[in-house]
Amino acid sequence: MTSTLSFDWSEPLVPGEVVLDDRVAPNASWSAVVRAGDVLTIVDVGGNQSGDCLIYNAADTEERYSVPDTLAWQGNAYVRTGTVLRSNLGNPLMTVVGNEIDRQDTIGGACSKESNTLRYGHHVMFHHGCRENFLSEGAKHGLGLRDLVSNLNWFMNVPVEADGALGIVDGMSAPGKRVAVRAETDVLVLVSNCPQMNNPCNDFNPTPLRMIVVRP
Amino acid sequence: MTDTVLNARDDARARGGQTSEWMPYLPASSSPYRPAGVEALTWAETVAPGGYTHKILARGTRIRFDDPTGDACAHVIVYNALEPVERLNVADTVKIPWQAYLGAGHPLLSGDGRVLATIVEDTSGHHDAFCGTSTEMWNQRKYGDARPEGPSPAGRSLFVKAAAKHGLSPRDLPPSVSFFQGIRVDADGAFEWRGSAGEGTSVELLAELPLLILVANVPHPLDPRPDYVAGPLRVHAWRTAPTGPDDDRFQATPEAHRAYLNTIDYAEARGL
Repeated sequence: MTSTLSFDWSEPLVPGEVVLDDRVAPNASWSAVVRAGDVLTIVDVGGNQSGDCLIYNAADTEERYSVPDTLAWQGNAYVRTGTVLRSNLGNPLMTVVGNEIDRQDTIGGACSKESNTLRYGHHVMFHHGCRENFLSEGAKHGLGLRDLVSNLNWFMNVPVEADGALGIVDGMSAPGKRVAVRAETDVLVLVSNCPQMNNPCNDFNPTPLRMIVVRP
Repeated sequence: MTDTVLNARDDARARGGQTSEWMPYLPASSSPYRPAGVEALTWAETVAPGGYTHKILARGTRIRFDDPTGDACAHVIVYNALEPVERLNVADTVKIPWQAYLGAGHPLLSGDGRVLATIVEDTSGHHDAFCGTSTEMWNQRKYGDARPEGPSPAGRSLFVKAAAKHGLSPRDLPPSVSFFQGIRVDADGAFEWRGSAGEGTSVELLAELPLLILVANVPHPLDPRPDYVAGPLRVHAWRTAPTGPDDDRFQATPEAHRAYLNTIDYAEARGL
């Protein structure tokens, strides 16, 4: 187990008035509405902790984060500073305005009890998963399975190799590393602090996340 | 003469019996493009450039897409027809096989750990699981017109209509995959356009569960040609058997093996 002494709770990546400051326990879920113009800083407190993330237009959740629109508009498979996180209509929902690791993932999807049976075997069916977190947290906002689409994975590393080989490999993050995303419209953000214990997305050791919303 | 009901009826009936370049063929086995060696078809259609189609198909149905001109692009979403909340999950479809590029043997996975359909034949190899389909915003910017009834409809607009015809709403449209126009990812993550493998290629899917399939035949979003270039898409389907223990692909990888086990478990429990 990682010692909590190695935790770095860090601070907001952009200056401004702090309007929300939450700590998300390992394995837990989180959600908040981030107002247009506000900036959400996500802190990887323990290092290499995947924060699975979905984003919805807060005024109409039928408009939601879209991996293919985000990637097609920027012509690139990876999320970096400047990436505009687009909706299924093509509208900007949030923009990555700060990022302290080389690239962020949005092609690896979320773990689930069901997909765990494919990847690791039926003996891990009882494990917790991000899809479970998304369903629990989404239900608080009237969202269900129909509303779960391909997601972002903050601090997770999924390279695509020359022959198309793709997979979750060791992370490039460290305690205190941050990413900051600015809301371009009022958005509902769902986060699953990934509980996965069968691959390196959490360094085999789930740790907390810190979510700080700043009004610049 | 359409001045009376009888004349209008005669006028309307005189329009029957004709053909067009894009149409369904009924009965399906009467298709002028029936695949060699197949006797009894359950679906036969040529989808117009910029058109769409949709069908509910029995478990074990084999679905063949043909791109006769090299300009088709088949954007596809599949659902479990019995419980459409179970639907294509593109992330799982690339993550679980450890492979981003679609080809023969690749499963199209749902978010529920099951195989909705398997790609069983592929002579193109030019496909995409990253970019999804076009939106009205995209086509308006690229072609100057994205009206669903116009000359350059977006794939999403067509999916919205296809889904609605099965009682589904835009909430029910997950990211799609596309066949016949390909991209590759370079070392920096940038997409490299590969386009078509040329005219006369085909892709065949095998329905592993009762399947609702939505198909939009529109240009790939990254197609660099400034015009809305799309070709006809032929679709044929016929009854066969779903993947089972006697098929080589059943145990081709441990992930595929467990995915087929999950799929068969569901089908057996439901009495399919």
